[in-house]
Amino acid sequence: VEYVEEAVEAIDKSLWNGIAVYVDHIDGQIHPVTYELIGKAKELAAKINHPVYAVIMGSNITGQCRELCHYAVDKVFVYDYPQLDRFKIEPYTKVFEDFVQKIKPTAILMGATPVGRQLAPRLAARLRTGLTADCTILDINEDTDLIQIRPAFGGNIMAQIVTPNHRPQMATVRYKVMDAPKRNEEESGEIVPCEISEEKLSSNVVVIDIIEKEKEQFIEAAEVLVVAGRGIKKEEDLQMVQELADLLGGQLACTRPLMEAGWIDAKRQVGLSGRTVRPKLIITVGVSGSVQFTAGMNNSEHIIAINKDENASIFKTAHYGLIGDLYEIVPNLIHQLKQGKEISA
Amino acid sequence: MNILVCIKQVPDSNKVEVDPVTGVLKRNGVESKMNPYDLYAIETALRIKEEKGGTVSVISMGPGQAEAIIREAFAMGVDHGALISDRKFGGADVLATSYTISQGIKMMGEFDLILCGKQTTDGDTAQVGPEIAEWLNIPSLSNVSKIAEINDSDLVVEMDMTHDIEIAKIQFPCLLAVDKDIVMPRLPSYVKKQETKNREVRVISLADLEDKNEKNYGLNGSPTQVQRIFPPEVNDHREIWNGTSAEISNQLYKKLNELKFA
Ligand SMILES: Cc1cc2nc3c(=O)[nH]c(=O)nc-3n(C[C@H](O)[C@H](O)[C@H](O)COP(=O)(O)OP(=O)(O)OC[C@H]3O[C@@H](n4cnc5c(N)ncnc54)[C@H](O)[C@@H]3O)c2cc1C
Ligand SMILES: Cc1cc2nc3c(=O)[nH]c(=O)nc-3n(C[C@H](O)[C@H](O)[C@H](O)COP(=O)(O)OP(=O)(O)OC[C@H]3O[C@@H](n4cnc5c(N)ncnc54)[C@H](O)[C@@H]3O)c2cc1C
Repeated sequence: VEYVEEAVEAIDKSLWNGIAVYVDHIDGQIHPVTYELIGKAKELAAKINHPVYAVIMGSNITGQCRELCHYAVDKVFVYDYPQLDRFKIEPYTKVFEDFVQKIKPTAILMGATPVGRQLAPRLAARLRTGLTADCTILDINEDTDLIQIRPAFGGNIMAQIVTPNHRPQMATVRYKVMDAPKRNEEESGEIVPCEISEEKLSSNVVVIDIIEKEKEQFIEAAEVLVVAGRGIKKEEDLQMVQELADLLGGQLACTRPLMEAGWIDAKRQVGLSGRTVRPKLIITVGVSGSVQFTAGMNNSEHIIAINKDENASIFKTAHYGLIGDLYEIVPNLIHQLKQGKEISA
Repeated sequence: MNILVCIKQVPDSNKVEVDPVTGVLKRNGVESKMNPYDLYAIETALRIKEEKGGTVSVISMGPGQAEAIIREAFAMGVDHGALISDRKFGGADVLATSYTISQGIKMMGEFDLILCGKQTTDGDTAQVGPEIAEWLNIPSLSNVSKIAEINDSDLVVEMDMTHDIEIAKIQFPCLLAVDKDIVMPRLPSYVKKQETKNREVRVISLADLEDKNEKNYGLNGSPTQVQRIFPPEVNDHREIWNGTSAEISNQLYKKLNELKFA
């Protein structure tokens, strides 16, 4: 690798002010990752004494913006045009570019949602700036340099990334990685309607239809998850794990081998190539705890692991490691939970 | 129809070493393979060609050894391949990578459709596709789970947007990042491998590109800097429970009550 020996012209960081959060929404329904990012933005902005901005684009969304005012953002910038009814990469990028040129935020945070994951890179390339994907830790230096930490290589390494000579600095963050702030009863902040010339809203992509997927339950949204691993010997035995999940008001999830065996739908797979989950409680049953698996769940609030192998690496991740046979522990627990329900009923 | 697929060589294993000085990964000596997600993009391209005719080309940016994945693509049925390779491209982040690839694409000709994989298994950002599209000033879509219609001037595709499926029409030329499982990739064929043994893999270096300014490539052209690389943290609150199954399940039941889950 060769460096060009030439002093890079340093940018004037003081010209860039504020931390902006992209408001991810569909038809005005705001994705909760937005609030999590506002929480993080406020924390970062406080360190450098900058304002926090939310930027929202869509059609007929001005009403929904009030909700953002319950999270103490300083300003909500709104682009409300019928052409922006649905995410379309070209007009959305143009609108975002317009916002950046007018407001010059030092940093932009976006949710790593299906929309954020395509809009963010498109915008970053347009602005010739850096974008760090799927950050799990964000901090900020006095000189406004954003410290971005993210996993790569299947969660085997963490990288600390900075964008020292470009503004704005851009980062995406997955849902449930940051903490959402409390909603304030009173509203604060200012709603700023923004204008953009209509010719910038044209698109080579036309959204023809949106089909709601079959009502399925998303493991990402569950507060309680029970994860079946390869310690489960037969497909029928999953019933026992499902029953445990039901009794705890939670959902069934799995490791990759069970998905690959076709026992459980891919949407229930936890891990690097599956879903990232952050439930309040996760119980793993017969899971060894590979890094690819734990990368998708190690932020869970309470982690309980049942495994008969005392050397299983899941015990490095679990808060409570239960060494024993799942085929004895789980049925016992189910029995107790049922009895407990009867007593309280 | 002329289709181009972007493919990347990735380490076969996730256990990688990092140069502590530059923060750049040491790729020498590590077994490599084609990024598994790119196989779906190749298969998608081959099926479109089978239906509509035309050519399928692949492009990869990487060191000389990345020629191996281009040969693999030939063995799957791909017609042409180019490798963008130059020491000056080393250490590129997504912006510099996508810029270099877009420059290389311009050298390869005109394409109606450019396909990328969902993400890679090493850098794992899923950002390269949309950034290439921006450099080429063409529309793009990610999360493509189905090609529903192939028309003369556009495609109708389905996208998996987590909670719903979006159906959209996109004009050529365009770029799509296809999901895993969009179509089952075929295996490389031994016959095709033999047939294409001597087929040329065009090598594109900095001197061949339209923009020859070194500052736009490699580390110099990368706004992001990897400052340090470190192993992930391990949770230090640990409690191990031993005992009979009855004891453990009692204890667990109590704990679940205490945590207000039972
Ligand atoms: C690029 C890449 C991405 C990947 N992504 C994912 C991913 O997203 N999610 C994922 O899960 N994996 C993923 N994997 C696979 C991962 O490496 C592991 O192979 C997988 O997580 C192992 O699943 P497991 O723990 O269920 O099975 P095993 O590793 O086979 O573990 C089974 C465990 O069950 C225990 N056990 C057996 N019988 C009993 C019993 N009666 N009572 C109690 N315990 C018992 C055993 O001691 C063992 O620890 C990925 C791999 C790669 C290379
Ligand atoms: C630990 C670590 C973390 C990193 N984090 C970031 C980061 O957050 N931001 C950043 O800008 N850079 C980052 N990089 C650099 C980044 O990994 C490289 O720039 C890489 O070349 C491209 O990104 P990717 O592997 O994520 O590809 P992805 O964007 O995941 O790849 C998507 C698709 O693009 C195509 N493609 C990707 N690379 C090539 C290629 N070389 N040739 C042909 N087609 C290709 C393939 O079709 C692929 O399926 C990081 C590097 C390391 C080592």
